[in-house]
Amino acid sequence: MRLLEADVLVIGSGPAGLAAAYQARVSGAKRVTIIERNREPGGILPQCIHNGFGLRIFGRDLTGPEYAQRWLYQAQEAGVEIMTRTMVQSITPDLRITASGNGTLVDIKAKALILATGCRERPRGALGIPGARPAGIYTAGTAQRLVNIEGYMPGRRFVILGSGDIGMIMARRLTLEGAQVMAMAEILPYVSGLRRNLVQCVRDFDIPLYTSTTITEIRGRERVESVVMSAVDEHWQPIKGTQRELACDTLLLSAGLLPEIELARLAGVKLDPVTGGAMIDERQATNVPDIYAAGNMVHVYDLVDSVSESALRAGCKAAEACSGHEQPCEPLLPLVAGENVHHVVPQYVHIGAPRELIIELRVKLPLEEPAVVQLTAGDKLITSERLRYARPSEMIALRLRPEQYQQIGQAPCLRAAVVRASQIKTRG
Amino acid sequence: MPEQYDVIIIGAGVVGSLVARALSRYQLRLLLLEKHSDVAEGTTKANTAIVHAGYDAKPGSNKARLNVAGNRMYDNLCAELDAEFDRCGTFVVALSEEDLVTLGSLYKRGQQNGAAGLRLFNAEETLRHEPSLTKEARGSLYAASGGIVDPFQLGIGAAESAVINGVELMLETEVTGFLFEHNRITGVTTNRGDYYSRWVVIAAGLWADDLMHKAGLDGFAINPRKGEYFVLDRRSSEVVHTVLFPCPTPVSKGIMVTRTVHNNVLLGPNANTIRDKGDLDVSAAGLDEVWSGALKLIPGLAKRDIIRSFAGLRAAGSCDDFVIEIPGDPAGMVVLAGIESPGLTAAPAIAEEVVEMLREAGLELAPNTHFNPERKAVRRFAVLTRREQEALIATDPRYASVVCRCEMVTEGEIAAACHEVIPARTYDGLKRRTRLGSGRCQGAFDLPLVIGIMARELGISPLEITLKGGHSRFLARGTKEVDA
Ligand SMILES: Cc1cc2nc3c(=O)[nH]c(=O)nc-3n(C[C@H](O)[C@H](O)[C@H](O)COP(=O)(O)OP(=O)(O)OC[C@H]3O[C@@H](n4cnc5c(N)ncnc54)[C@H](O)[C@@H]3O)c2cc1C
Repeated sequence: MRLLEADVLVIGSGPAGLAAAYQARVSGAKRVTIIERNREPGGILPQCIHNGFGLRIFGRDLTGPEYAQRWLYQAQEAGVEIMTRTMVQSITPDLRITASGNGTLVDIKAKALILATGCRERPRGALGIPGARPAGIYTAGTAQRLVNIEGYMPGRRFVILGSGDIGMIMARRLTLEGAQVMAMAEILPYVSGLRRNLVQCVRDFDIPLYTSTTITEIRGRERVESVVMSAVDEHWQPIKGTQRELACDTLLLSAGLLPEIELARLAGVKLDPVTGGAMIDERQATNVPDIYAAGNMVHVYDLVDSVSESALRAGCKAAEACSGHEQPCEPLLPLVAGENVHHVVPQYVHIGAPRELIIELRVKLPLEEPAVVQLTAGDKLITSERLRYARPSEMIALRLRPEQYQQIGQAPCLRAAVVRASQIKTRG
Repeated sequence: MPEQYDVIIIGAGVVGSLVARALSRYQLRLLLLEKHSDVAEGTTKANTAIVHAGYDAKPGSNKARLNVAGNRMYDNLCAELDAEFDRCGTFVVALSEEDLVTLGSLYKRGQQNGAAGLRLFNAEETLRHEPSLTKEARGSLYAASGGIVDPFQLGIGAAESAVINGVELMLETEVTGFLFEHNRITGVTTNRGDYYSRWVVIAAGLWADDLMHKAGLDGFAINPRKGEYFVLDRRSSEVVHTVLFPCPTPVSKGIMVTRTVHNNVLLGPNANTIRDKGDLDVSAAGLDEVWSGALKLIPGLAKRDIIRSFAGLRAAGSCDDFVIEIPGDPAGMVVLAGIESPGLTAAPAIAEEVVEMLREAGLELAPNTHFNPERKAVRRFAVLTRREQEALIATDPRYASVVCRCEMVTEGEIAAACHEVIPARTYDGLKRRTRLGSGRCQGAFDLPLVIGIMARELGISPLEITLKGGHSRFLARGTKEVDA
């Protein structure tokens, strides 16, 4: 058994964990340790061998492994210790952590904890697809790991359910590896991943894409032999007579990511029923003292740069907390989702804190026209920003500056909304 | 002179395996044949896993007698086989005045059958035990002797115990017909050759009628009845502590809500007669039926807790009772057929009965003094104490590496399962022995790792690793290789 003491303990070494640990060290925490269950650090990034990472933070279009490596160098240079192949098994609210790995159990006492556990993919059971239960059904991320890390093709003829980013990226990857991608089916009337992936991974490779379509049956006793695809109505119900059987040997699922919150739950962290992730304030602090959360375990981000940025905030605040820095005493105001907003993070803000804060949100329905994101307190407009469009696949960020706090007054909450720009004009 | 067995048992489900084990207490040459790539692959792996108290079946029937007898054997049996068993009690819940009448007659029937620990509860007492139950509940029939079991460990444990005590087990061996001498069966034909024996026991579950026909016995048919299920995430304490049945109907015990021994929640089964014995598909309509049925008992169920669905097939026989007999013509055969619910509960009693039937029929039974009743399951690291965990890691450091994050299954357990008495050779086999991949991510995280570990432990290529044998391989080829 090993005993470990840390000022800041970070769980997870993905783009959130590496950035959080780096920042915690730079902000003055002495002993900063990352625990990672995988063989290699980087979280999901080592298997994301495509580009599109780091434009904002590093000003360069990097691949996943490159992006991870840059953060890894920075973290190691700053003196962060990384324990790979180590799995946290339990966390108590007073920050006693037990883990195991590398042939031993580890007991850890930390002054502050940053949860950077990322997210996981929605599996078949949660999607409730009827039919048989043969081999050949994988989440897109599992398939990505098999192909890019382990070096194996999980099938020859693929159908992809869902149009999430990993699914679209895998459509291209599998095609390049000589497999056939027969179809991509998305239950929504629009693609759920990023526009650039739709163009570069699906359209450029002539992958047949069907929106308002789902898989209603899986066939094949031992290995997938075919799937049945059906068009759906506006309530997502299959439309009779539209079924079409597609021969394939593999079904990939790219139908949503869920924050990985098992450890957060053990620690007593409050969860947001909409995001499924940890509830935080503007410092990335959870309801449990000295536990912070960052990255996809708070809410699922669209870009890795934003994940790392949320972690920089958490790293800084966790370092302050363990050096006995004064904690905010301003009133805590809930921030809630208003018109056409699916969810908003942070869920709470300290009003009057002397720093700019960033509000992140996603819309419910796409607006393919100029739109405005607004923050209101009661009937007072606190701040707003114009957008060229608003899509559920792309996170929207809004800045709230300290001088704007004063206008909030006695309102019980802050509300974020995204409306058509034209709507605002007519309102005068 | 070809090798001669005393008894060949066809089918390594819970029934066949327990029969083999019961016979291994005697000095006999025994052969257990199973067509699947693993034991407990038939109905034994897909049922509600309830050890019934015994108030359902008609008094005087085989079902009633063997249910009650089997139930009594469970504590001892599960301790010997290291299978989890919890006598947590069961409730039949009345939702109407009519249901209350049904409870009364079930109670009476239970008394006649000799079922232990029955009590009638009023609404208040019922809700006190199960607070999430619908407020419509009018009362219940409580059975203290009812419980839940891990059917995988029971089935695998029975077969391993048999093997430990000298039974020869052949997997992927399908009995295709019988060998006769005059009107006596002298052996079986299989895809791997012929095997000779003095007695043959048919314990083939859904396929018992096909084998009976091959042996020349007509007039019995199995009409499979499918039951579909949902499995919910392991937060059962918020939903159900025991086993909740609605009031039964003539065809089934109804859609129930139950805790499993691993603290998942199980919803189901419905009941639909089908033709194809290989059809374990779940349907949208069937799952809807299960969901709405379960909501009648527990209105607060949430769909986001669903982690899996599956189906099992009841081997419903044409004569409504377990068939347990030595037909005489042809001679040399014991038939166990129509072993539908409560077959899991009754299985240990059925096994004892087969021994007695064979003894009466003249098979000499000299005790096997080396018989060892104990069998150990793969040790589950996650449930051990700190000290036990440390001791285990000291023997094999791979117990410190967690491979399945949801169920906290370690590499040490996977390796151990690959070298058990009956080794796990498929992903599903591993899952049933270790709980790997049975949590909320359903294997998405562990699969790439497990394929590598299994390939190493079994000494085969990762390309050969299957989900459940046959053509159920996970991988098609290496990357950068070109398909021929
Ligand atoms: C939906 C459902 C719910 C149930 N719930 C309960 C419950 O809660 N409590 C309870 O007590 N009981 C329950 N049961 C009943 C119980 O599951 C069964 O009675 C029991 O599992 C039967 O075991 P078995 O060994 O007879 O059959 P199986 O497990 O099906 O085993 C038969 C074996 O024979 C093999 N076989 C068949 N033909 C051949 C051949 N030609 N050659 C070689 N091998 C062959 C098969 O591959 C199979 O492995 C339920 C059943 C169902 C379907």
